[in-house]
Amino acid sequence: MSVTTDKLVADMEARFSNALKRVPSRVDQLTYEVSTAGLREVCRGLRDLEPFHFEQLMDVCGVDYLGYGEADWQTEDATRTGFSRGVDRHPPQARGRTQRRFAVVYHLLSVRHNQRLRLRAFCADEPPMLDSVADIWASANWYEREVFDLYGILFNGHPDLRRILTDYGFTGHPFRKDFPLSGNVEVRYDPEKKRVIYEPVSIEPRVLVPRVIRHDPRYEEACKQVPKNA
Amino acid sequence: MPEIQNFTMNFGPQHPAAHGVLRLVLEMDGEVITKADPHIGLLHRATEKLAESKPYNQSIGYMDRLDYVSMMCNEHAYVLAIEKLLGIEPPLRAQYIRVMFDELTRITNHLLWLGAHGLDIGAMTVFLYCFREREDIMDMYEAVSGARMHATYYRPGGVYRDLPECMPQYQKSRFRSKGDMRRINQARQGSLLDFIEDFTERFPGCVDEYEVLLTDNRIWKQRTVGIGVVTPERALQLGFSGPMLRGSGIEWDLRKKRPYAAYEQMDFDIPVGVNGDCYDRYLVRIEEMRQSNHIVRQCINWLRKNPGPVSLEDHKVTPPRREQMKSDMESLIHHFKYMTEGYGVPAGEVYAAIEHPKGEFGIYMISDGANKPFRVKIRAAGFAHLAALDEMVRGHMLADLVAIIGTQDIVFGEVDR
Repeated sequence: MSVTTDKLVADMEARFSNALKRVPSRVDQLTYEVSTAGLREVCRGLRDLEPFHFEQLMDVCGVDYLGYGEADWQTEDATRTGFSRGVDRHPPQARGRTQRRFAVVYHLLSVRHNQRLRLRAFCADEPPMLDSVADIWASANWYEREVFDLYGILFNGHPDLRRILTDYGFTGHPFRKDFPLSGNVEVRYDPEKKRVIYEPVSIEPRVLVPRVIRHDPRYEEACKQVPKNA
Repeated sequence: MPEIQNFTMNFGPQHPAAHGVLRLVLEMDGEVITKADPHIGLLHRATEKLAESKPYNQSIGYMDRLDYVSMMCNEHAYVLAIEKLLGIEPPLRAQYIRVMFDELTRITNHLLWLGAHGLDIGAMTVFLYCFREREDIMDMYEAVSGARMHATYYRPGGVYRDLPECMPQYQKSRFRSKGDMRRINQARQGSLLDFIEDFTERFPGCVDEYEVLLTDNRIWKQRTVGIGVVTPERALQLGFSGPMLRGSGIEWDLRKKRPYAAYEQMDFDIPVGVNGDCYDRYLVRIEEMRQSNHIVRQCINWLRKNPGPVSLEDHKVTPPRREQMKSDMESLIHHFKYMTEGYGVPAGEVYAAIEHPKGEFGIYMISDGANKPFRVKIRAAGFAHLAALDEMVRGHMLADLVAIIGTQDIVFGEVDR
C-alpha cells in the first residue's frame, strides 16, 4: 500500500472514526462502510475538508446482496443422473437474506490529490432508503435516479426521483436479484385491438452455464482477508 | 403586441442531431431554451444484468456494444477489472498492443465525433474527410481481430492473438480499375504494423486538413465560441471527465495520473482548454488526435523491436494452443473447462477505470468467487455529461442545443447501457 493511501487512511480514521468502518480489500483500493445515518455528514466532510477534497463523485452503484456467495450447483455429492446443463434454479428469495440486502456504493475521486475512495452504505430496510447526496455532488442526481429505477432504493431528499432507464410505465425494479432475466412481460402488436399489448412472458427461463463456486487453493491466502458474506 | 407564451417542445427520439435515441422535452421561451429534460433509456439493454448471468469471458463482446464507436477501450476497462481481481498482469507486448489499439480507437472516436459534430452545425465536408481515415482504422481492427467494429480482441491475460504478418488486400472487382487497385493496395503490401505506420505518417496531414476547414472558419467559430460554457468548478461538481473536463481547463488524464498498461513509458502531452466552451473542447480533441498519433508511433517502434508472447501461459485464464490440445490431455481438459464453465474469480471488489476517448470509463466489479460476476457496474462518461445537458443549454437558442449535444460526444450505447 502506497504512502498516500496510508496517509488517507490515517486522516479518515482521525476524522470520521464513528461513522466509518474500513473494509479489507485484496486490491489496492480503499473501501469504507458508512453508517446509514452518518452518510451525508461524511460525504460533506470528504468533499470540503482539507486532507480529502473529493470534488468528484464518479459513480453511484446499487447492489443487491441477495444470493451472495451461493452457487447453483452443489458438486460435493455425486448424482445418480449425472450433471446436465440444465439447472433448476431456486428463486433467490427462497433462500432469503432480509438483513443488509441493499447497498449503495459511491466512488469518489479527488482531482487535487489524485486519490480515489469507495464508500458503501447499506440501506435501511423495507422500503430500502438512504439519504440523497444530490446537493453535495450534482452528478449524484441522475446516478441516484438510476439506482432507484433499477433497485427501488429510495433517496431521501432527492429533487426529482423519477425512473430513468426503463420504459414509461414499467413495473418492478429489474436489477434486483429476484427479478427474472427475461423479465415479466413481453410486448406485441395486437391486430384485433389495433394497439401494442403487454402479456406475461412466454419464454422459459434457462441457465446455460450454472453459477459454480470452486475452492481454489491459489487464491486461499488472498481471500483470507476478505469477509465471507460481503 | 401579441401575447407570447412558453412552449413545450419534443425533440427526438428519431432526430439526426440527437446522436441516436435521445428524447428531449424542451421548454422554450421563443427561441430560447428555459429547461431541457432528457429522456434516456430507449437503448437500455441491461448489459450489467446480462453480465451477471454469464461467465466472465462471455461479456467481453457486450462491452464493444456499449460505446460502439470506441470498442476496444471498453474492453480494456473490463479485462483490466478481471485481471486486477485475479491478480494477473498480461505480458508487456500485450500491454503495448493494447495501448496502440486504445489510441487508434481514440482517433476513430474523435473522427466520428468531429464528422458528426460538423454535420450537425453545418459543415458537410469534414464528415467525408473523417470517414476516409476512419475506414483505415476499421481495416486495422479487421486485420487484427476479424471484425471491423465489435472486435472482442482484448482478453484477460493478454490479447486474442499477435499482430498479423500480412494485411488483407482488396480483391479484383469489375467496379475497380487496375490503377485504382494498385493505389488502394499499396499500403497493404507488408504487415499490419507497416500499414499502421503508413497511416501515422499520413494522419497528421489529415488533421491539418480538418483544421483548415474548421479552426479559423468564421461560421464554425460563430456556432461554437462561447456556447455551452462550463466553469472548472461546475465541471467537477457535475462529474465530468475526459475532454469535457480538460476543455474547462482542468489538467486531468488517467493515462498520466494513474497510468495503466504501458502508458508510463509513453511520451505525450495533455491538451487543456481555457474557456470551457464548445470551441475549446473542439481544440482539445483535435490536439488529442495528434497526441494519439504520436503514441501509436512510439508503440510501433517498441513492438517492432520486441517480439514475444501476447498472452499469459496460465491456462486457467487463457485457452491453450490448438496444437497442444491435439496431443496433450491436460490442455484438452483446460480447454474444456475454460470454454464451458469459465474460470472462478476470487471474491472481492474492484474498480478499474481507463481514459476512454469520451472520459473516464470504469468497471466496478464484485465477485463472490463464482465463475460469473456477482455485480458489474459500468461507469459511462456520457451518462454524467448528458446529465449536465440541462444546465449547459439553459439560456441558449434552440440551434445551440445541437452544438452542445455534439460537443458532449454522446453515444447512447454507453449512456443507456
